[in-house]
Amino acid sequence: MAAAASPSSMESAPRIMRLVAECSRSRARAGELRLPHGPVATPVFMPVGTQATMKGITAEQLDALGCRICLGNTYHLGLRPGPELIQKAHGLHGFMNWPHNLLTDSGGFQMVSLVSLSEVTEEGVRFRSPYDGEETLLSPERSVEIQNALGSDIIMQLDDVVSSTVTGPRVEEAMFRSIRWLDRCIAAHRRPDQQNLFAIIQGGLDAHLRATCLEEMTKRDVPGFAIGGLSGGESKNQFWRMVALSTARLPRDKPRYLMGVGYATDLVVCVALGCDMFDCVFPTRTARFGSALVPTGNLQLKKKQYEKDFRPIDPECACPTCQTHSRAFLHVLLHSDNTAALHHLTVHNIAYQLQLMSAVRASIVEKRFPDFVRHFMGTMYGDPTLCPTWATEALASVGITLA
Amino acid sequence: MKLSLTKVVNGCRLGKIKNLGKTGDRTMDVPGCLLYTKTGSAPHLTPHTLHNIHKVPAMAQLTLSSLAEHHEVLAEYKEGVGKFIGMPESLLYCSLHDPVSPCPAGYVTNKALQRSTIIGVIEGGDVMEERLRSARETAKRPVGGFLLDGFQGDPMTLETRLHLLSSVTAELPEDKPRLICSVSRPDEVLECIERGVDLFESFFPYQVTERGCALTFSFDYQPNPEETLLQQNGTQEEIKYVHQTKKIKTTGCNQEMTSFEINLKEKKYQGDFEPLVRGCSCYCCQNHTRAYIHHLLVTNELLAGVLLMMHNFEHYFGFFHSIREALKNDRLAQLKELIRRQAS
Repeated sequence: MAAAASPSSMESAPRIMRLVAECSRSRARAGELRLPHGPVATPVFMPVGTQATMKGITAEQLDALGCRICLGNTYHLGLRPGPELIQKAHGLHGFMNWPHNLLTDSGGFQMVSLVSLSEVTEEGVRFRSPYDGEETLLSPERSVEIQNALGSDIIMQLDDVVSSTVTGPRVEEAMFRSIRWLDRCIAAHRRPDQQNLFAIIQGGLDAHLRATCLEEMTKRDVPGFAIGGLSGGESKNQFWRMVALSTARLPRDKPRYLMGVGYATDLVVCVALGCDMFDCVFPTRTARFGSALVPTGNLQLKKKQYEKDFRPIDPECACPTCQTHSRAFLHVLLHSDNTAALHHLTVHNIAYQLQLMSAVRASIVEKRFPDFVRHFMGTMYGDPTLCPTWATEALASVGITLA
Repeated sequence: MKLSLTKVVNGCRLGKIKNLGKTGDRTMDVPGCLLYTKTGSAPHLTPHTLHNIHKVPAMAQLTLSSLAEHHEVLAEYKEGVGKFIGMPESLLYCSLHDPVSPCPAGYVTNKALQRSTIIGVIEGGDVMEERLRSARETAKRPVGGFLLDGFQGDPMTLETRLHLLSSVTAELPEDKPRLICSVSRPDEVLECIERGVDLFESFFPYQVTERGCALTFSFDYQPNPEETLLQQNGTQEEIKYVHQTKKIKTTGCNQEMTSFEINLKEKKYQGDFEPLVRGCSCYCCQNHTRAYIHHLLVTNELLAGVLLMMHNFEHYFGFFHSIREALKNDRLAQLKELIRRQAS
């Protein structure tokens, strides 16, 4: 099945993505992003370093793992330490001493995650600070202003985000408002030559609303598009259909960033559906709970079964943790109060995600992506036919059969 | 294991412990310190970040209290605790207690220790007669060295015990190393070296880290005059500020902040883009600012502990290096005066 035809983009928009290879069956693409702080191979997983730090690992460790782009968060950094201080520190790159690329989220997601502390109007989102009770208004203009000060290579529009489990007129309101906020962000953006502003497609789980949003937003002159409002509590069945709908209608020659994904299976399926960029707190967060990601799922290393398991987490993994330490030692360390245990797992889980994306990319370039997918599912689920139904259907929709 | 002394000046010993390690070809400088670990790992640090630190001691300290419960696992592992903890190349010293959180007495293990050197422990409380008896009797045994136990306490207690310490070390053979436990502050380290102690634990930089502080004391006893002026101005400010000793409650380290350090949580560091210590060669000072560390502490980020530990260990190991250099160049008096001036 040929990749679905996509609309061509506006002539004048900057092309930051170069396509290197495309899967002849599915919509998977391999490419390269050209960003101010260096090239980034796609598909790419971007670890999340919310508050100007990748949790317990140093910039050098993150660089050594091959990470070339990671995330910061506008809402959090806007509060602490604030854009003025970061600007004095030569931007977020200077403040955290990260030589590669940064993507900052606009603060939109916090509307959902901190819903009890926020109120949305046409003006923007009013947040009550959990730290000092002070109220701040995050408008499209303010979000872009903060992100301009942060100096990240990719900045996100402020979107009106509703939880994917919300239904009714609020979803439509949020979708249309996101379009208006996109236009306000574009107008407010002071540094289009140094920072790439991405639009975020909304519309919840309603195909019609999504389609409308896609039609409108793709008329705007932006370097890239994100698919937002998913990866919440919705069913996987609805999730993949919205992703597929979006990639079908997004321009071929611009990057597609699927926000909040995620789990290994989701990454592989969504690459097949035509997504290029991903972010998720899951791998780094689960590390801090003692969970190590492996091709067959995960190892809960605090459990007694690992007490005398002297193998590394994954014998195929090239990360420093797997090169030096056994599951048994990590088990011991996880039961102590030495934070080094968490760092070992954070290093490994990031390595796992990045190695997965590398392998996916290589398979696309070498024209064997469908075989890669089958092998991946076989390893993960024991047998390709035991793969979750939603994934099987999603893959089938783009021409990849698992049996 | 054999200690060969290069020099003894006013009771201070400078030398090398030789014939260490599995193949007997490793050495360790004295006066020196041991790398402090918790459950077999430097606190907060993986081998990668530990490797960023310069002059890490050749010998690491493991604490039996953190590993005893895993002895079955270690027995089944068969390849030794060094490899198990990911430090196969390191020399290892195993102490009964963790100096930061000592357990009550009563730890006994009957497991055979092959190819390990036994260190004899000198006890005796504050009673001179008992101390001398312990020293003399232990010295008769075929031990590789001596652990001076029970000299810890608050700075005032150490004063009175320093006298005992001299008498004890006088009874010990010259060619075996003397280790003291639970003494780690820079000023106390120097006092003990003057009374014949060779090796120390390095838990002080860990305690400093846990209270969100960074070691900033100078051990540069032959600085250039311009640097001195700059440093002095900085140090004066900091000493003045710290004069009200602050009790900072942190997990397991309910210790007072000393005048050897600065507290990065203080608001004044919010916009301070200097490194922790100007001229410091550690990863943290080469890559980050006080403002960044302040931010990490305020936001409770794990990286704060990592970066502070890297700096504090490097600073502390640098201090020991300067002690050895000072002894070599007959400058220990200058170093001692410099440290004394900075002690509160």
